[in-house]
Amino acid sequence: MGNIIIFVAVAALTVLVISYTLGLAKKPIESAKRGGMIAGIAAVVLIALGLYLGLVWAPTERMMGDSYRIMYIHFPSWVGTAAGYLVAFIASIAYLRTRNQGYDYVAASAAEIGLLFNATGLVTGALWGRPTWGVYWTWDPRLTTTAIMAITFAGYLVLRAFVEDPEARARVSSLVAIVGFVNVPIVYFSVRWWRTLHQVQSSPETVDSPMVWALRTMMAAFLCLFLYLLITRYMLARIRGEEELEAVRLEVASE
Amino acid sequence: MSGDFRRAVALLHKDLLTERRSKASFNAMAFFAAMVLFIFSFALGPDSPGMTAGEGQTLLQYLWPGLLWVAIFFTGVLALGRSFQVEMESGGLEALRIYPGDKKAVFAGKLTANLVTLAAMELILIPVSAILYNIDLWTKIPALMGIMFMGSLGFAAVGTFYAALTANLRARDVMLPVLVFPVLVPIVVAAVKATTLVIRGDPMGEMWTWIRIMLLIDVVLLTVCTLTFEFAIED
Repeated sequence: MGNIIIFVAVAALTVLVISYTLGLAKKPIESAKRGGMIAGIAAVVLIALGLYLGLVWAPTERMMGDSYRIMYIHFPSWVGTAAGYLVAFIASIAYLRTRNQGYDYVAASAAEIGLLFNATGLVTGALWGRPTWGVYWTWDPRLTTTAIMAITFAGYLVLRAFVEDPEARARVSSLVAIVGFVNVPIVYFSVRWWRTLHQVQSSPETVDSPMVWALRTMMAAFLCLFLYLLITRYMLARIRGEEELEAVRLEVASE
Repeated sequence: MSGDFRRAVALLHKDLLTERRSKASFNAMAFFAAMVLFIFSFALGPDSPGMTAGEGQTLLQYLWPGLLWVAIFFTGVLALGRSFQVEMESGGLEALRIYPGDKKAVFAGKLTANLVTLAAMELILIPVSAILYNIDLWTKIPALMGIMFMGSLGFAAVGTFYAALTANLRARDVMLPVLVFPVLVPIVVAAVKATTLVIRGDPMGEMWTWIRIMLLIDVVLLTVCTLTFEFAIED
């Protein structure tokens, strides 16, 4: 029963985040500003609460000692990563269908923020892996997949820097995001058959309940942080993009 | 449908004809592939009898499947990068864009031309590397050909798609490998594994699994690239 509730909650949150972030493309910038402020305040409050719950209130783990507490940063980072790449993927499809430049701003911002969380997840994972597994890095499916995801979306961001024409940039990079995203599950399964070591996700039943609640708080906090960063980055992209279009218009007008 | 098929064949014919007459990318590829093979032996050799990596195998023999595919991918990405350059230089890309019918035909034609070029390169690369590294291939040729085809198909699909995407870019020589290689990871894993099983025998009966994985990867990549190709060459 508990699993179904969590599943429904995660699905509903996913739909909510995607529809809100895609909606940014059509809304006036003031509304984005307001949304960003709410998300930012929620993120600060929830991170403070989550860190208290995770670092003080939750008990020490029997096998790993206090080092397990890095999971309160590690797992939530993957929430931000998944949200970022998923939004980038869907916004890219929306761009190709509508050719609304706003979706390109959303996609680029989401990819950038997703990469930021991806890097956080990889670094905290390596730091956690050293005391618990004895190695920083191993060629396990999830580690390899997340590293490939990081490379794919880093390539996406590098590519954007090389194209000057805003429309060509939006079109080319959205294709890269789509193919790169579709590739993620294939990488995961092919590497999984190749070799494995990472522990299977712990289900909430096997984890002590204070830890679960601290973790859930941190996940919600990182989702708010993701939204805040995304909205801020989106507003910057939009201002820059409009400036760029204005420059093109002036150039055409002067000819 | 048959019209699209004829368009794809016409494009394939044109590409192979220009390649046969100029031999530009093929020559460059052949030399580059030979260089890669030599560099591997310098980096991992010398193959003295004392240095073994298993029962009676030298290091190079042990690593051959992986080295072969790395050579194919490195060489192939050069050739694929050139596959839209002829059109770029002479303004033929415009002609391809206004080519009547479905753009999928353009993709199919280009993909087949690239696949033929890759196959020609592999037909040289495999025997030469087998001779250089002392690999006994005679009995394994049919199985090896099948795996080469499946691996190259996925590679050519992604490569053709990204070559079209980056054709207009300033930094396309850098961007093409950066974009292609992450997507190739599943093919690298599956193709190297399958090649290893062909060469070293298959005691656990894993071959079928890897063939099915490769087919699945090929189907997914071909579908995605075919469906989105029309966006990749518009301007």
